[in-house]
Amino acid sequence: MSLQMISVILGSLTIASGLMVVLSKHPIRSVIYLVITFFFISAMYILMNAQFLAIVNMIVYAGAIMVLFLFVLMLLNLNKEMEPETTRMSLFTAVIAGGTLFLVMITALRDTFQYGKGYVQVPVQDAGLVEQLGKLLFSKYLVPFEISSILFIAAMVGAVLLAKREKQIID
Amino acid sequence: MEQLNNIGASLDFYIFVSIALFSIGAIGVLTRKNMIVLLMCIELMLNAVNLLLVTFSTFFGNGEAQIFVFFIIVVAAAEATIGLSILIMAYRNSKSIDIEMFNKLNG
Repeated sequence: MSLQMISVILGSLTIASGLMVVLSKHPIRSVIYLVITFFFISAMYILMNAQFLAIVNMIVYAGAIMVLFLFVLMLLNLNKEMEPETTRMSLFTAVIAGGTLFLVMITALRDTFQYGKGYVQVPVQDAGLVEQLGKLLFSKYLVPFEISSILFIAAMVGAVLLAKREKQIID
Repeated sequence: MEQLNNIGASLDFYIFVSIALFSIGAIGVLTRKNMIVLLMCIELMLNAVNLLLVTFSTFFGNGEAQIFVFFIIVVAAAEATIGLSILIMAYRNSKSIDIEMFNKLNG
């Protein structure tokens, strides 16, 4: 099996499982399909020789963020009657809007496909390895890296403050 | 002859997959009423952008785009945390996860 065939199969599987995220009625099934989508995307990263991002995508997205979603879903104790209904009108409008977005982007990028053939590829084989990325991250992009830690602290404090149960006031 | 980076299929194919994933995410945000599924569709759209960035990064042999993907993952993690905690607070007040609930807000 050639490399091209593998990537075409991976791409179509990614689109199919991405569709299932939107189409499935039960939220827990959506979470599972989203995890599957992330695994396919990670496989494509490995195919494109971006090993560091493939592992980070698997650990952070499929491992941490999706488990957070699953935990919240389980904690909320939802049942079938609470699933909000989508009206036919909003479905119709949204599919038309999304389809138009898809068509516009494809037609806009069709010219780019032709321009892209003129570019000369740079023969660097190991752009996505940990060594190269680490050198970049801790020299040129050190300040954004440190600022992202401040973002995480702000998100953590915000999450604790927002989700903290308020004291019951007995009057 | 120097060996070029191999990304498997052609560049067009990856652009197509990325645009398709982004549009699916956009349709999901517009149709679904469940707040959790809505947040998941936003994650799907972010991943479509990540896929495109990694593709071009490998195609042109430039690692800097992958640093941007790293930062996008950081921002997505923070965003999911805050979004889910707002969701929990809204659920406590109204006992529903319908996005229409926010219509009641007036300020």
